[in-house]
Order: sequence, then C-alpha cells, then structure tokens
Amino acid sequence: MYAFELERPKTLDAAKAALAGDEAQALGGGQTLIPTLKARLASPAKLVSLAAVEGMSGVKAEGDQLVIGGATTHAIVAAEAALTYPGLADLASHIGDPAVRNRGTIGGSLANNDPSACYPAAVLASGATIVTDRRQIAADAFFDGMFTTVLDEGEIITEVRFPVPQAGAYAKFVQPASRFALTGVFVARFSEGVRVAVTGASEEGVFRWTEAETALSGNFAPEAVDGLSVSPDGMIGDLHGTPAYRANLVKVMTKRAVAAAS
Amino acid sequence: MPKDHGIGASTKRREDVRFLTGKGRYTDDININGQAYAWFVRSDVAHGTLNGVDTADAAAMPGVLRIFTGADFEAVGGIPCGWQVTDRKGEVMLEPRHPVLAHGKVRHVGDPIAVVVAETLEQARDAAEAVVPDITELEPVLDMKAAVQGGPLVHDEIGSNLCYDWGFVEENKEAVDAAIKGAHHVTTLELVNNRLIANPMEPRVAVGDYAQHDDSSTLYTTSQNPHVIRLLMGAFVLGIPEHKLRVVAPDVGGGFGTKIFHYAEEAFVTFAAKELKRAVKWTATRSEAFISDAHGRDHVTKIELALDADGHFLALRTDTYANMGAYLSTFAPSVPTWLHGTLMAGNYKTPLIYVNVKAVFTNTVPVDAYRGAGRPEATFQLERVIDKAAREMGVDPIELRRKNFITEFPYATPVAVEYDTGDYHATMDKLLEIADVAGFDARLAKSKANGKLRGLGMNCYIEACGIAPSNLVGQLGARAGLYESATVRVNATGGLVVMTGSHSHGQGHETSFPQVIAEMIGIDENMVEIVHGDTANTPMGMGTYGSRSLAVGGSAMVRATEKIIAKAKKIAAHILEASDADIELKDGSFTVAGTDKSLAWGDVCLAAYVPHNYPLADLEPGLEETAFYDPANFTYPSGAYACEVEVDPETGKVTIERFAAADDFGNIVNPMIVDGQVHGGIAQGIGQALMEGASYDEAGQLVSGSYMDYTMPRADDLPFYTVDHSCQTPCTHNPLGVKGCGEAGAIGSPPSVVNAVVDALQRAGHTNVTHIDMPLSPARVWAAMQG
Ligand SMILES: Cc1cc2nc3c(=O)[nH]c(=O)nc-3n(C[C@H](O)[C@H](O)[C@H](O)COP(=O)(O)OP(=O)(O)OC[C@H]3O[C@@H](n4cnc5c(N)ncnc54)[C@H](O)[C@@H]3O)c2cc1C
Repeated sequence: MYAFELERPKTLDAAKAALAGDEAQALGGGQTLIPTLKARLASPAKLVSLAAVEGMSGVKAEGDQLVIGGATTHAIVAAEAALTYPGLADLASHIGDPAVRNRGTIGGSLANNDPSACYPAAVLASGATIVTDRRQIAADAFFDGMFTTVLDEGEIITEVRFPVPQAGAYAKFVQPASRFALTGVFVARFSEGVRVAVTGASEEGVFRWTEAETALSGNFAPEAVDGLSVSPDGMIGDLHGTPAYRANLVKVMTKRAVAAAS
Repeated sequence: MPKDHGIGASTKRREDVRFLTGKGRYTDDININGQAYAWFVRSDVAHGTLNGVDTADAAAMPGVLRIFTGADFEAVGGIPCGWQVTDRKGEVMLEPRHPVLAHGKVRHVGDPIAVVVAETLEQARDAAEAVVPDITELEPVLDMKAAVQGGPLVHDEIGSNLCYDWGFVEENKEAVDAAIKGAHHVTTLELVNNRLIANPMEPRVAVGDYAQHDDSSTLYTTSQNPHVIRLLMGAFVLGIPEHKLRVVAPDVGGGFGTKIFHYAEEAFVTFAAKELKRAVKWTATRSEAFISDAHGRDHVTKIELALDADGHFLALRTDTYANMGAYLSTFAPSVPTWLHGTLMAGNYKTPLIYVNVKAVFTNTVPVDAYRGAGRPEATFQLERVIDKAAREMGVDPIELRRKNFITEFPYATPVAVEYDTGDYHATMDKLLEIADVAGFDARLAKSKANGKLRGLGMNCYIEACGIAPSNLVGQLGARAGLYESATVRVNATGGLVVMTGSHSHGQGHETSFPQVIAEMIGIDENMVEIVHGDTANTPMGMGTYGSRSLAVGGSAMVRATEKIIAKAKKIAAHILEASDADIELKDGSFTVAGTDKSLAWGDVCLAAYVPHNYPLADLEPGLEETAFYDPANFTYPSGAYACEVEVDPETGKVTIERFAAADDFGNIVNPMIVDGQVHGGIAQGIGQALMEGASYDEAGQLVSGSYMDYTMPRADDLPFYTVDHSCQTPCTHNPLGVKGCGEAGAIGSPPSVVNAVVDALQRAGHTNVTHIDMPLSPARVWAAMQG
C-alpha cells in the first residue's frame, strides 16, 4: 500500500468538496478498493470515506419504492429489506462472507461494476434508479461494460431507488473459488412485464435477457424459457467455465430464479 | 471404557490452547533488535534471458541498505537437490544448477532476481519497484510432452528438458509387455494428476541473524525439518559448518510437504545477515506463496491393466510424465520414482508391474512432495483403472478388488517393497458397514426424486510410510539417512523433557508423544514436555513428513526411554538392595518382585542427580539418554474409502453427500488425533478431486494465482465423515506397532470421489463417460455430460 490521506466527512457537501481534489477517491466498504491498494495497483492521494456521511446509510420505503442509501452495507440490506423486498435481501445475504457483508456497500458494488457482482443484476432487473450527488440515472443507462459505469470522476452514489416487483428472486451459481457469481440471474415480475438481468456471464457485464422477458411476461413459469437458447457468443470463457457452460447457466439460473419467485 | 491417559486415550491436544488463543510463536512473531527487511523482485515472465539488473535508482531510495542480485551469489553454492535418481540406462539424472538468485536467465514466473534490504518493509518494497531487470523474453515451455520433443530448453547447459527416464522394474519390462499383449482383457486409462498448491495457513517466513562475537549464524524458518535445512544450506550453499549455524523452526502453521524443502529465501536471509551484520527478515505474501512455494503432483499418466477372464490381474504398465518445474526442488526426483513406482502394486497381487517415469523441466514453479507425495498419484491411477476394468468386464468393482487382494503377509511385491502386515478384507468389510452401502439404493431413489444423479465410489489404498530404512534409501539415491533421534532428559524432580528430531506443525506431537512415555513409566502425561524444532537442543533430526513422526521419531523416543528405564532400575536396585533383574516399574513406582519394597519414580530421579546413595563405581550420575532409530522397513497403512455424491444434471455441480474411511494404522496412540489427521487428509483429497488445480496460461502466467481463482475446500463443501480405525494389524518392526496416519486421507480419497462421479453419470445413462480429469469442477462435469 502506498501512503494516502483519509477523510471521513459527515455531510454530503463535505464529501463532495473532499472528492473535488486531485487524486481523491471515494471509499465505501473498502472490500474491493483496499485489496487493490494493498496490491499497489492504485495510488490515490486521498480516500474519502462515505461511511459517516449523514443520510447515506439505511433502507426505507417510499411509496412503492425501496430506497437504499449508497453507503448501506450488504448486511443491513439483508436484514432490513427482508420484508419489503425479500429477493433483494436474499441476494445481499449471499454476497461474500459476514466480514464482507458487514463492510461492503451497495454504492461501492455498483460503482465498481464487477462483471461477476450480484447487485448489478438486481438493479437492472428491478429497473432501479441510481441517484448521485448530481443526477438520477436509470439502471438501463448506468452500466457500461466490465468495471465501467457512466459515473463521472468523483460522482457519489447517494441512494438507489428500487421499484418493488410483485415477485422477484435471484439465483446465483457461485464461481467455486471466489464465490462471486459465475452466473447469476435476477428475475423481477411487474404488472407491466417481467425483467431478467444476468450477471457473471457476459464479456459486456450485466445484461438483460430480453427473449426470456418476453416469454416470462406471457407465462411466469420456469418452463416458459425451455424453448429458448442462449448463444455462447460474447460469454466469458475462463478457468471456471467455457462460454457454452455459462450460456447453459443463464438458462438454468433463470428457471431457478423464476421458481424461487413464484 | 476408553482410556483416559496413556496410549489409546483421546487426550485433548495441549498445544491447541496456545494456537486457539493466539499465543503461538511463529517465525513471523520473531523480531530481532535492529532487524532489516527483505523484499524479493521476482520474474514476471516465465522464460527469458536476464541481461542485467539496474539497481542504481533503487539503491538511492530512502532506507535502502543494500540490493542483492545473482552476481552476489556467484561465489556460493546453488540450492542442492537431496535425491539422485538413476535412469533406465544406469545414468544419473540431469541436475541443473539452481542459483539462489537468478543469473543469466529467469525460468518461471516468481523466479527471484534481486532482493532489496531496507530499514522498513515498505521502504524495501518501494525500492523494489525501482529495480529494473533487463529481460529478453524467450518462448516458454509448459507442456511436458512438448518439452521433451524439442521444445525450448529450460536449462541450456544440460542440453535437454528430460531430467531422467526411469524404468522400474526394468528387468520386468519385456515380461510385462508380453503379458499385456496376450491378456484376455486390457483396460487403458489416460489421466492427469492435477498440480496443487499446498496453501498452508502460515506463509513461509525466514529471519536470518548473525552474531559477530562468535561468527555464528542463526536462521529462523518455517520448516518441517530444521536439521535438514542446516545441513543443506550450511554444507552446500553457504559453506557454514554446523557448529556455527543454528536453525530454528518454532511453531509452524501447516506444512503439507511444501515446508520440507530448502528454499532460496532461507539461504538469502542467512547470507544477507552476515553481509550486513544485521538480522534480515522476509515474510512471504500470499501472492508470493503461490509462485514460490513448491507445488505438488502434476503427473500425466497412461496406465494399462491386464486381466484374465476371471478378473485376475496379470500385469500393470504405466507411463508417466512428471513435472519437475524449472528447478529440482529438494526431494523432487524421489516423488514420481521411489515414492510412486514402489506403490504400484497397491493392495493387489499383480505379478508383473512396469513403471516408466519421465521427469521433465518446464517453465513453472518447482514441483515436489505434497501430502502423500507419489503415493496419491499411484493410488489414483490404480484405483481408477480397476474401476474402469470392472465396468468394462461387467463385474462388481468391490468383488474385483477382493479377488485380487493380497492375503498373506509378509508379501514381497514385484516393485521392491515387502508389506509386513495388513488385512484388506477386514477394512473392506468395515467400510461396507460404516458406509451403509446396503442403504445406497434407497438414497439413490431419493436423489432421483429430487432431480439429482447419485453415485457411489470406492477404492482401496496402501502407502509406504515411516520413511525410511537409511541403507535402502541410500541405494535408491537419497543423499541423506532417514533415521530419527531423541534425547530424553529426566530432571531431578522426576519431570521429563524429550528433545525430538520430529517436528510438529499441526500433528499434535506435544500431546501424543507424552502419552507414550506416560504409558511406559506410569506417570502423568503432564510430567513430560516435548521440545522440537531447534538444532541447538536436539541431537539430529530428519524432520516430519511421510507419516514418519510416531513410527520413526516415536520409536527413537521409545528406545531412549527404554535406556532411561534400564538405568533407573539399576539405581532403584542399588537403593532397594536388590538385583536389577528383580526390579519392576509399574505406575511410576519401582518394586522388588515378590516383596513390598518399593521406591517412587521421583525418588530414583532425585538419586540420579543427588547421588549420595548411588552405585557410583558402576554407573554415571544423571538420567539422560539419546537414541537414534533407523527403521528396518517402511510401514504400510492401508484402508478402504467410500464416497457418495450427488450431481446436479443441469449445472454439473458435485456435492459430497457421504464419506467413509476404514483405515488400518496398526496401533493407535491417540484416536482423536488420528481422526483429525484423517479428516484433514480427506479434506485435501476432496479438494484435489473437486476443486483445487494450479493452472498456467500459454505465456506461463499462473492463472490460479490467488484465492479468487484457486479453489480451496471450505467447511461447507465437506460432509461429516465416518472414519474408523478399529481394524488394526500392528506394524511388526517398530516398538510401538504403529504405521502412521498423516497422509492416508489425502491418498485414499481422490479415487473414490472420481469413481463416485463417474458412477453417477453412468447410472444416468452417460455411458461414454469413463473418466473426468480432476478437479471435477461443475463446468467439467457438465461438459462431460454433453457427450
Ligand atoms: C471475499 C469477498 C467476497 C465477495 N463476494 C462477493 C459476491 O459474492 N458478490 C458480490 O456482488 N460482491 C462480492 N464482493 C464484493 C463486495 O461485496 C463489495 O460489493 C465490493 O467490494 C465493493 O463495495 P465496497 O463498499 O467495499 O466498495 P469499495 O471497495 O470501498 O470501493 C469500490 C469502488 O467504488 C467506489 N465507490 C465506493 N462507494 C461509492 C459510492 N457511494 N459512490 C461512488 N463510488 C463509490 C470506490 O471509489 C471504488 O472505486 C466480495 C468481496 C470480497 C472481498
């Protein structure tokens, strides 16, 4: 780790001011950033911890939406969204291990947009809105390929607004070593139709499986996707699975998510 | 009633108190006044010409004391190899030089190039980033077959990547070929024994110190055998005589073989401490461990088993390519040869066996012994080919094994070893009982109803432990004796200290060794303290590996204790005015046979050190004895294992539903510790079978270089095991009748796991699936089911 300064602002304005400086970077739970620093793969001059920023942590219902503060840990989501949005709480409860869940945050996970991360699937399938210190971004416009989002330098995710579906569930097939998603599928059923988002599988990062959405909007049952096939083109191939294997998992996990949601 | 002390008692491990409360004293806990820190600059390419190393900028950075490169080590020796294998033609293996720091060439990712020593660790690391090695990349050679068929040379000066081409038993070759040619049935199987990384919880650490007042060096290191390191490093690398060199291996957090070997980092810190006149410390990061700890296994094998129409084994032939990596690690040449070929008979009376092994250099991390070392590789191929043969011939795999079991002992195998005892039917019977094989069909039906495939796999194993008779291993190429020593010191007030050459790094010696002494003398276990891991206080030691501690080190302790008892009886006889032949020792008291005259253990000990009433004319005062024990033979633990799996047909994910192990370890000193050893071994065996695997890409980069990609088994991957060691045929040639239990789990478990998965797939109609290479990851099993 190289030396850096640490600031722990109490207000969003102070956080914005701190991040305006050169080579300053936001620190969420540090579950990705700290290992990166320890490996000396990044060298920010200053880290701005969002943990103490007022109003950025917590889960609350607002109308038919569930609003989660950008600095809310996975453990808090797992506990506090359990009644309002059980599918989302279940997803949060299976991220990493207790230490990771007690530190890692939803804002950090989304900003990082790891192609194998779980939250992006929930956000995209739910059609959530990512609220930052300067704008509101629809999930469909937020993710921009592996480890990339449309966030600007220093932009802070302050909250994430989830429309709560009639039914929603996440089915995760773990990569054996890291236990991130080798392929994870979040299925959300709204009155307007079904949304299906897939993480872990594609070289482009999280994506919506529109054929399945159409099929499931007509018949929300696992068999509805039986007739569909997923092309291995553009799927990730690595030590843990070929593109064909991941293509298979997309379908299998979609069915399992539907079964869990029904 | 189970015993509550002495031999046979499940005494709780006394060392666990300090381990579990964070009070262990590991090498990294050792900090010496004025200590400096070393950071290694390692090659990030697999193969290249090292034209030079520019250290100028780095040397000027804050806190830097000195930067060492290969040039600094030209005058010292290379890292030695401890075993010389002789090939099929009677020629000795090719033995390339293994410099402490790379010189002229880098040969694997992780090969050390330079070392920065600085006042603080961060300063050393900062400066290391400014060291610029000038490397011209060369094409790496990674595939073993390509390596011996004209691939790029790892070591130009030896002119070949073939370390040796070993045949065993060479005289049997023609007969084996003929028997296979004429056999009723031949089953052939090609398989890979996957490369593993040991991953002990504690990474390697080395602290070198130098005392100017007496020109002596001390190395603190994470080793399974400090005396061996002292000998190898002192005599072959740095030229320090043993009386000027002390090696200490304090608490060690797991070894699994990978901490047997002498590593460059140990020689470096010892050398640098003397150069700088300051202690120098190096602590591996986990990432560094992946690319610098010796790896294990990595065999590519073709095995053929010939059978007659009744299923009797007629002949066995195996061809193996064994990866040595870029350099010969300490015992690397012995693993695929004498620790592998000699086990190829397994539990069976196959009359003709021929084993060919080609050991190959590649641009990868050196490969050496890992839990089981050679014996898991032998067991895996044998027990897989037997299962395949049973399927091909339409016979029950258990019956096929039983038909060929060795039943008469001692039994001389056609591969040079003689099994002293065993009862393979007994362990198989026990296994069928504890695995509830009779209930399998019901469980299968349940799995089916849940949409899952289910399979049952079994295997037997035999291993050669208690390594080893020195004269025999000397003939086989060992450059060391493999005896063990112990000094038993009785103090004046009756307590004992045992200084043993065995090293405990998780095996529980501090608990089990005292149980033996307590039994022999009849005193409380807490009166016995075990001291190990320091060349300054133990006469000599060959260390712990090959399940040898109790069988060899324990035997040395028994012999020394017998000498103590003999002397103590003489003292007692003098005081009790009887003849020593009439003195009996029982429950910690000496009595004169047939009388009520007695003397407590403590009184005799006190007399030995306060010799007022003492036979001084015939007997020296004091009560301290040393014994060296050199085993007459290996020991041969054996057993039968069963694994039951479920396979998810949609994802290929395998879950272990049941696992049973019936082992014959001979006599047992502490059943709970034995259970623990078997549990750990099975966890590592299941890890190998389903999860673990080191993987290199085409450029020679280790793809599985962190826990993000290298899958270690976790508690929730493993079932509750049923283990049993009630079948006991005591070893006939050591005083305790013990065989060793440290490696059995890792040796015995991989074949049953793979047999079970193949069984599950076969039962589900995937009849073309006769083998899947380990690790049986979900993706591989799924691919196998796609046809
Ligand atoms: C052992 C382990 C297992 C894991 N398993 C899983 C898993 O199974 N599934 C999964 O999805 N994830 C997993 N993770 C990832 C983890 O859960 C976190 O989501 C992730 O590390 C990022 O969150 P964080 O709060 O720790 O962010 P940090 O590491 O602090 O930051 C990550 C990045 O986001 C930026 N950032 C942080 N907060 C904000 C914000 N509010 N606004 C804008 N930018 C921000 C930082 O500047 C940085 O660039 C695992 C991590 C570990 C260490």
